[in-house]
Amino acid sequence: MVDLVNRPYAGAFEAFASARPEVLCLSADLTSSCEVDGFRDRHPEQFLSLGMAEQNLLSFAGGLAMHGFRPFLHTFAVFLYRRPYDQLVNSVAYSNRKVRLMGFLPGITTPGGITHQAIEDIAVMRALPNMTVLETGDATEVETVLEVADAVDGPVYVRVLRGEVPRLFSTPFAFNRLRTLSEGGDVLVVTSGICTEEAMRAAEPLKARKIGVHHLHASTLKPFDRAGLLAAARGKKGVVTLENHVVNGGLGSLVAEILAEEGLGVPLRRLGLDDTFAHGASKPYLMQKYGLDALALCQAIGRLLGRDLDIGEAELSAVRLDTVHSAQKAEAL
Amino acid sequence: MTRSNRRDTADIAAGIRRRVFLHTMRNNGGYLSQACSAAESLALLYNEVLHLGAPTLPPVPLPFAGVPSASNPDAFTGAGYHGPVAPEYDRFVVSPAHYALVIYSALIETGRMDEAALEHFNRDGSSVEMIGAEHSPGMEVTTGSLAQGLSMASGLAWARKRRGETGKVWVYMSDGEFQEGQTWECLAAMSHHRIDNIRVLVDVNRQQCDGAMGSVLDLGDLPARVAAFGASMRSVDGHDLDALREASGSAEPGKPLVILANTSPFQGMAFLQKRFPRLHYVRFKSAQEREEMQAAIAAELGLAPAGS
Repeated sequence: MVDLVNRPYAGAFEAFASARPEVLCLSADLTSSCEVDGFRDRHPEQFLSLGMAEQNLLSFAGGLAMHGFRPFLHTFAVFLYRRPYDQLVNSVAYSNRKVRLMGFLPGITTPGGITHQAIEDIAVMRALPNMTVLETGDATEVETVLEVADAVDGPVYVRVLRGEVPRLFSTPFAFNRLRTLSEGGDVLVVTSGICTEEAMRAAEPLKARKIGVHHLHASTLKPFDRAGLLAAARGKKGVVTLENHVVNGGLGSLVAEILAEEGLGVPLRRLGLDDTFAHGASKPYLMQKYGLDALALCQAIGRLLGRDLDIGEAELSAVRLDTVHSAQKAEAL
Repeated sequence: MTRSNRRDTADIAAGIRRRVFLHTMRNNGGYLSQACSAAESLALLYNEVLHLGAPTLPPVPLPFAGVPSASNPDAFTGAGYHGPVAPEYDRFVVSPAHYALVIYSALIETGRMDEAALEHFNRDGSSVEMIGAEHSPGMEVTTGSLAQGLSMASGLAWARKRRGETGKVWVYMSDGEFQEGQTWECLAAMSHHRIDNIRVLVDVNRQQCDGAMGSVLDLGDLPARVAAFGASMRSVDGHDLDALREASGSAEPGKPLVILANTSPFQGMAFLQKRFPRLHYVRFKSAQEREEMQAAIAAELGLAPAGS
């Protein structure tokens, strides 16, 4: 069974930032929600509270970066780009300032509904020149993304997982390198964020049906490991992407772009929010409802191969990790 | 401040008006009323108040060197016309980027840039843009989307204070930027964090693109609103150099200083009153109109009545 790590970001950020005086922790009234309350209490000289004022937050951070500080902005992912997008463009991205945007509760990981769910953030951030886009998929990546983000010469947007986070990987976040989680000759599955755990759940049932799945986990979305993707996609019967994001503009789109540009001609199925907003409900409920889970992946692979795989919820539940999450209250924003 | 061997600030203000006027006539239109309202403020800042080193960029501006990115080592900002970055020197952030021609003229009048710079104004490939960005002379940040300059300057000021630097951060703003919510977010943050090494000079000309601010979105008692946010507020006649001078030296510990310079958008060019309230960008509907304006304003500014 996969280990669950409690609040991996909290300790990782404190260890990282307290050793680097030029790193500042900026918060916008969601300090404990972003797991930096302990850091605030123990390192007040590196903490700046700017309140519920994201426009000023983004521009102020640009000003700090003009003078050698590297601000790490902590708030919900959605509040980093929707309201203050103009500030993000003109005060941060255009000038290529070293501002690190730590976006918590990405996609449908929050029950807060449309106002809280960053579901098009990757599409927006990918389109923005100078921006680097990272997404964490497990506790190890949450713990090791800070140094990766801080090494980038320019602004960085990071989707951060919080609370009880499964530890799926034993090796640290590697910048712009796809993680190979399984190798197989039939289908390439590319996943990111929380969807990687779902694809791992599907591994055993698919293997039992003798389907060779090559599974790649993407944690650097911009830039993107083009060579790694192409090497895995060549010769496959199909490619399936699965992401906690709308299918337009995110992982599925960027895979489609690369496959088309290279003329691979491999059929592609993009799973994610299918050009729809979501609503306020639990993560497992929303993942099932919008087809972001292991079952949706198995069904897509079956359709791609023209086979009825006969994989149901019951079989997937046997390997389901979500029951382990039940101690966590999703409602606790 | 040392003022020996320098031109009188009033002369510089008059020079800014003349230069912007001549350029506007030559280009058949431009941001003219901004020179009327801003001339004294910018003349005072550049000539007396700002503590700046010698320019680090060439007298005639370099061409645009490409947008900033990790792969473009050639990108530069126009802050080089304000001299080197050093702990003891001031930084000057220009927030209303459409005042660019007025800023360029002020740089020329104070000997920080050559007048040949204006030959590159609004030319393709030039850094001397019509609405400046951070590569334009005198600009350090990209502020054409209004009200972001103050927040960036606040972050910069906080950083400088944290480093114990003695230089101040000055910001030039327009009153229209007080219609944006971000300005008020920033005032709250400056007050909360006691950012007191920042000085803000606001051109309160009560004009905006659509016309008089009172008809577009009135700001009510702006001095009271600014003061209520915790700033040291000074509301002065923006064409009275003594009043501006006194206000610029009146910062108090623990508070940002905000000087509201109450100005006229046709100060020194009375002919522009005819165009009230459409003063944001001056265009000519006919050759006759242009000639009338040329004659009237040239006379008021003491310029030879030569044609364009």
